[in-house]
Amino acid sequence: MTTERAPQPTTAAANPPVQPMASNLLPTDLVRISATANVPAPERQLTKVAKLIDVSKCIGCKACQTACIEWNDTHPAVEENVGVYENPHDLTPEMYTLMRFSEYENPGTGDLEWLIRKDGCMHCEDPGCLKACPAPGAIVQYSNGIVDFISANCIGCGYCVSGCPFDIPRIHQTAHVSKKCTLCSDRVAVGQGPACAKACPTQAITFGTKDDMIALANERIEDLQSRGYDNAGLYDPQGVGGTHVMYVLHHADKPGLYAGLPADPRISPVVESWKGTTKTVGLAAIGLAAAGAVLHGIFAKANKVSAEEEHEAEELVVKTASAPVPPSSVPPENRGGL
Amino acid sequence: MTNSWTDIKNTDLVVIMGGNAAEAHPCGFKWVTEAKHHRGAKLIVVDPRFNRSASVADYYAPIRPGSDIAFLMGAIRWMIANDKIQWDYVRNYTNVSYLVRDDFGWQDGMFTGYDEEKRSYDQTSWEYQIGEDGYVLTDETLTHPRCVWNLLKAHVDIYTPEFVENVCGTPKDRFLKICEMIGETSSPTKTMTSMYALGWTQHSKGSQNIRGMAMLQLLLGNIGVPGGGMNALRGHSNIQGLTDVGLMSNLLPGYLSMPRETEPDFATYMSSRGNKPLRPNQMSYWQNYGKFMVSFMKSLWGDKATAGNGWGYDWLPKLDIPQYDAMRMFEMMTKGEVNLYFCQGFNALLSFPNRGKMTEAFSKLKLMVVMDPLETETASFWENHGIHNDVDSAAIRTEVLELPTTCFAEDEGATVNSGRWLQWHWAGATPPGEAKSDVWIMAQIYQRVRRLYAEEGGKAPEPILNLAWDYEDPEEPTAAELARELNGRALETLYDAADPTKVVLEKGKQLSGFGQMRDDGTTSGACWIYTGCFTEDGNNMARRDNADPSGMGVYQNWSFSWPANRRVLYNRASCDLDGKPWDPSRVLIEWNGEKWAGADIPDIAVTANPREVGPFIMNPEGTSRLFSRKLMRDGPFPTHMEPFESPIANPLNPEMRGNPVARMFQGDVAQLGDRTEFPFVATSYRLTEHFHYWTKHNHVNAVTQPEFFVEISEELAAERGIRKGGRVRVWSARGQVWAKAVVTKRIRPLTCDGQTVHVIGIPIHWGFKGAARKGFGPNTLGPFVGDANIETPEFKAFLVNIEPASEGVA
Repeated sequence: MTTERAPQPTTAAANPPVQPMASNLLPTDLVRISATANVPAPERQLTKVAKLIDVSKCIGCKACQTACIEWNDTHPAVEENVGVYENPHDLTPEMYTLMRFSEYENPGTGDLEWLIRKDGCMHCEDPGCLKACPAPGAIVQYSNGIVDFISANCIGCGYCVSGCPFDIPRIHQTAHVSKKCTLCSDRVAVGQGPACAKACPTQAITFGTKDDMIALANERIEDLQSRGYDNAGLYDPQGVGGTHVMYVLHHADKPGLYAGLPADPRISPVVESWKGTTKTVGLAAIGLAAAGAVLHGIFAKANKVSAEEEHEAEELVVKTASAPVPPSSVPPENRGGL
Repeated sequence: MTNSWTDIKNTDLVVIMGGNAAEAHPCGFKWVTEAKHHRGAKLIVVDPRFNRSASVADYYAPIRPGSDIAFLMGAIRWMIANDKIQWDYVRNYTNVSYLVRDDFGWQDGMFTGYDEEKRSYDQTSWEYQIGEDGYVLTDETLTHPRCVWNLLKAHVDIYTPEFVENVCGTPKDRFLKICEMIGETSSPTKTMTSMYALGWTQHSKGSQNIRGMAMLQLLLGNIGVPGGGMNALRGHSNIQGLTDVGLMSNLLPGYLSMPRETEPDFATYMSSRGNKPLRPNQMSYWQNYGKFMVSFMKSLWGDKATAGNGWGYDWLPKLDIPQYDAMRMFEMMTKGEVNLYFCQGFNALLSFPNRGKMTEAFSKLKLMVVMDPLETETASFWENHGIHNDVDSAAIRTEVLELPTTCFAEDEGATVNSGRWLQWHWAGATPPGEAKSDVWIMAQIYQRVRRLYAEEGGKAPEPILNLAWDYEDPEEPTAAELARELNGRALETLYDAADPTKVVLEKGKQLSGFGQMRDDGTTSGACWIYTGCFTEDGNNMARRDNADPSGMGVYQNWSFSWPANRRVLYNRASCDLDGKPWDPSRVLIEWNGEKWAGADIPDIAVTANPREVGPFIMNPEGTSRLFSRKLMRDGPFPTHMEPFESPIANPLNPEMRGNPVARMFQGDVAQLGDRTEFPFVATSYRLTEHFHYWTKHNHVNAVTQPEFFVEISEELAAERGIRKGGRVRVWSARGQVWAKAVVTKRIRPLTCDGQTVHVIGIPIHWGFKGAARKGFGPNTLGPFVGDANIETPEFKAFLVNIEPASEGVA
């Protein structure tokens, strides 16, 4: 077996290498670690990556949602129909991405538009969740831009939820950890693009270097402008330092049309001040040794079912047995995704 | 498809009407986004709902379900009025100049020859004028009043934009804008592709919807060209393969036809087939019919098929009526005329109309055998599931046997896609439990039936006892063995007809093309159009070379495309009369002065002189047909017909109900509803989140669309006091369902014949088995009415009523 490190992926379209490869996301690639000061300077700079979601090519088929469920082995509940196409009805700790459907009557053209946006973590360059997080090593950022949640270190406090300007993280009620899209960091680590981008049938979701994605976006914007969408543009909000998930929008001047996408997202001032004073002071005492321990917790988590995980599974079975879901549809063996 | 999925990238304009490609064919739809992104193609969607395809369209127009013919004839009228005709194509490659008999006519929505008693047309007058030389009379000047051009002009004259608006509910400005966009593709260097599916087929005049667009495409010169064509998006994986191998009561493999009772011997059968050319020099390829038919019978009976017994013709079943289609079989079941029903990969309880009738039919069987990889509602039709299947189990005495089968991912073989590609696949998983392949099950049944005939005799034992069964393991033929048999082989050494010393193919070798087939019993081949799929070169369906040197999406070495690995049918028509491509930037084939050559396999004899032989080689005319002669039961031109259940009367003839020659049984007339009691138009469809009734068994799919719903407009919701997400009851003259209400701006009330017409959308994916919530299908409500030509049920337009329902009753 080779220990060759996987290449950095530049597309989600290619087939993965068939030989086993070692992870190419290393502890030394972290640039930010929650509640941790003095993160050692990375030895190398990974190429910045991004996922581009071209809303004008999206048909709302939910292949991205199903690929996400399958890759991450999550187990969202079979809910009800509440009169809309969104299912599940919101992001959940078991559903990291969600197609949101908005019906918009364009006053300029008199035409109806059905705007469909894949919602999920934006992977901010300046991540509010990470800044808000008080648990050392629960949220990390790699030098390629990916913001990842490390459940082993998460205390489920929910501060990341308030820190997020996009309302993305969701707290798992029984596991007491916060969950969201990882940009498939486990796939990217071995040279593959995210599962959603691989599954997307219309190439509405593409993945590559951030520069390539911006170039592709510009090509698409030019096409949309030629079709009468004068305000077509790229959504890469600078208030959070830009994002590693970007949108091509037909109406970039009105992002709010797309199920309330914020026009100018920024990290809450409360979070900024918490990060700036209390947290740093509190963490100064822990020192570098602790930072090393945190890193160990991130990368050396044993791949086995802990007693806690068993307990969570049992709890979930009890919980779902009384809920209006066919019991057979939530087998406990599918709990591995936590 | 006349073209292929990959060819769609070559188009300038995509028209999705009678289908919803983004919703029901999301993977193939990638070629639409490709054409839009890299070619600047435009996308038009015409549909009763602003659907997922519309969400990425450049232009959308609504239409009332069941009024497509009026729209299409209106578009043809507009093209004629505005001279948006590709004349060089139309003059040379269609029957526009042919003269039609003087006694043919159309009046009050009907063609000449209607017999009300028989509910059918005497088609005698629907024919060309034939000269003494046996060829059709023509008028190249197009001035003769009986030429097809003038008949067509007269036929479409009534379909003015105002008529279209009134019947279809499509706003006139939207209709005219679409005509303008379509009209641009009459240029020889612009093409349009038509992508349609069950939105056109599931009507009592479904075949005529498709004819309408085919005629429009011919007038624009868009058939046989890259980025053009009539592209039927097949509704079910491998349903193309099903039709190809003749799994219909009136067909044999390769679109040969089942003999009729009136054709007692092979000579009589052949006398009405293998048409002679109707114009000089034409290929009229069906002249080879006998070769295909004899090779087929040799594949069935091998050495037992001889010239003396008509190659086994006597052993083929002979139809006493035109066909025993599924609707007729279920009708017969309700009358107690069927004892045993094999249901193989078919969940009829949810997929055929008037579910009450289906339950009644199944209850009268003695034995039902269900072969399926999943638990189906059909196999459990006798189980009581409360409102979701309210039957009296004790009163049903049908015995049901379930034979679990492998699914596509657990066995090996070819799947034929919409673009006629036979793509080989390999088993990706081991089947669970006792599941066996369909082939194993059929072989086991055959061996036992054969033993019974051998031991006990019986009526007509020959077709069973004489069946050739030369498989290595007679208990389970392999996919490769069956594929080789479909391809065919030389039973004797074949010599060149022109040079008898020259060996074409050694005895025992696989045929390399259907051109090698013989009608003297020296070749065998079960499905002539598949010949070439498994040759001496090996399994061509398993090829996976994705090189595309021409950049035209041809992929000549990826899988095998029938016929003859041709990717675009009628591709001779992509060139002008001299064999030069209409569009030099999009070349499939061309005449190089000596022969036809190019990236695709020419759809013409490679040495056929371009000015002599017409591109439509299967037709005895050598041209395509704007006037379709006797080939369709409901007329040589499409004429507007209302659905059997309609909110308005047919403006062409208010007395006419539906299609006067549609598949309809007397007992079902009483179960038709009328607009006073059922004021709303219902239409059914699929959702991307599910595949038919399969994926409701899958947790992930059930998560993404968990529960049965219907879609209605905000206006209808307000009128009936229905709230978004509320529970509703929907009922027709045949049954009732309960659903959640999705209230949307994407369905708007239409104005037709001065009235407001509300449309209710009903998706199909729920039943009483599986991981999703229990629900219903639209087939509980739909009428037992089928298309006049292919008997497809009228699922896309029928009448219902709706009201709010109390919550929580289940």
